[in-house]
Amino acid sequence: MKRMITRAGLIRAGVFFALLIIVPILGGPVWLLNLLIFTVMYAALSSSWNLLGGLAGYPSLGHVAFFGIGAYAFALTFSGSVGDGYSPFLVLPVIGIAVGLLSLPIGWVSMRTRADVFAIVTITFLFITQTLAFNLTKITGGAQGASVAAPPFDPATYDWPFYYAMIVLLAIAMGISFYFSRSKIGLSLSTVRADEDKAHGVGVRVTAVKLIAFAVSAGMVAMVGGVWAYYIGFIYPQFAVDPLITIGMVLMAFLGGRGTLWGPVLGSFILVPAQQFFAQSFGASQLYLLAYAAVFLVIMLFLPRGILPSISDRLRRRRAAALGAARDAEAHTADAVTPEEVKA
Amino acid sequence: MSAILLEVDHLTKRFGGVTAVNECSFEVQEGSITALIGPNGSGKTTAFNMITGYLKADSGHIRFRGDLIERPRPADLYRRGLSRTFQQARIFPELSVEENLVIAAGYSWRQLFGRRVSRADQDRARQILAEFRLESLLELPAADLSYGQRKLLEFAAVLMSNPKLVLLDEPTAGVNPVMIDTMERHIRERNAAGVTFLIVEHDMQLVMRLCDPVIVLDQGSKIAFGTPLEVQSDPLVLEAYLGG
Repeated sequence: MKRMITRAGLIRAGVFFALLIIVPILGGPVWLLNLLIFTVMYAALSSSWNLLGGLAGYPSLGHVAFFGIGAYAFALTFSGSVGDGYSPFLVLPVIGIAVGLLSLPIGWVSMRTRADVFAIVTITFLFITQTLAFNLTKITGGAQGASVAAPPFDPATYDWPFYYAMIVLLAIAMGISFYFSRSKIGLSLSTVRADEDKAHGVGVRVTAVKLIAFAVSAGMVAMVGGVWAYYIGFIYPQFAVDPLITIGMVLMAFLGGRGTLWGPVLGSFILVPAQQFFAQSFGASQLYLLAYAAVFLVIMLFLPRGILPSISDRLRRRRAAALGAARDAEAHTADAVTPEEVKA
Repeated sequence: MSAILLEVDHLTKRFGGVTAVNECSFEVQEGSITALIGPNGSGKTTAFNMITGYLKADSGHIRFRGDLIERPRPADLYRRGLSRTFQQARIFPELSVEENLVIAAGYSWRQLFGRRVSRADQDRARQILAEFRLESLLELPAADLSYGQRKLLEFAAVLMSNPKLVLLDEPTAGVNPVMIDTMERHIRERNAAGVTFLIVEHDMQLVMRLCDPVIVLDQGSKIAFGTPLEVQSDPLVLEAYLGG
């Protein structure tokens, strides 16, 4: 697997984002844009989660806490007025950096554990955050919720700014993911994921790269949370810090392929519409969750490492088999390699 | 020229009621190929793990290049020039052979944000692979290597950082005879180039022709030290190996 900027990769990314960008311009039903906003939002969340959960192999189940913190940070900053409606988007990087820094001690403590224990520690963090959101009523409004001032956008294109903001965040998350995998950060993270103890033993700056991945991942998720709060306009603790959002990001990355650039995106574009479809066809009952789970189970059974890695594995094996056959044919004509040659 | 490179001073480790390493002291002279031998369970690997910072000693300490190492940590020691291999050839199977070498070469903070594999990295990796005659494997995923090749790769990787002292934990266990010769040759070559070795090894023929001095552990304590010939005829050693 060579990680180069290939022309094919650039074209793929270009076509994908161009398609996303022109959808609202072409028009179409309102529900489509609404669905796309949440699909792209989950793609951005899942791609951000993937920086830590996929690349470093630390499966955080608490990431929605950063989403909620970002959402509240945004809502509290813009509860009074949002001016022309566009300038609040410019505050998002500040929220992202602040939450990224805030996440460092949390990452430092939680990443002293690994794997399943790490998952449980991060879940605990999620519930602490949710409890705080409920109980710090002076700041968050508690169960009463917190509201964001409504932007003065044209009703006909009201959703557009939120949609494009989500697209920008997805592009940034994918850009970081791509950059990581091409730099020594990504190489170091791969060693952490494969064998952290051995990584220490060859001088990898393990703690540093883990914290970088954690903070960047948390900061990105917080920015998505900010846009979400702005779009929704009114946030409650149980929805801003909703375990289902965490589960969503994790499942989508698992489904598409952890640690890959496009896996989380693919997972989101399958699961979010599927979820909406089932929710609609099964009405108000919770049955849709069963159907959702069934889809997931089937894919996990047949493609346990996720869709993209399974496919690329299969391609690689086929190619290797073809290569092996060619080499065998060659070996029959050439002399066999003697032990002396191996030794020399 | 015979400075002490590594000094192990009264190292002790207990696991519950078992004392795996008991007040163990020894020295490794710079430029030597020192062997650490002993029957199964005599505490060789435990001693290795404490020296390299993988296991916290209950008491005792180590000095490396004259410095007392207060809290041995693998990454720190690696940067100071002390590196090790593992009994079970631990490499990163998902990475390519080249990447396995590159990551072990160490990097500065600036390089951390730079290219995954730079041109200079490539040159270093190619150079060492040429030395090990493994050039053809450069781009393969390390998962595709045979066990012997993995051992060689792990060995080559720890050399990437130009270490002063390399601890090899059973470098020839489970590899074919040809590969044992190859491994021996590389150890000799590197030793001639100034690298000191401390080797845990069960192949006594190899130990006797390659190593000097030899340290013998039994039940966590040093029971003998000397040239291979001296150790071979030591009654304590014979008793430890043959039982008494």
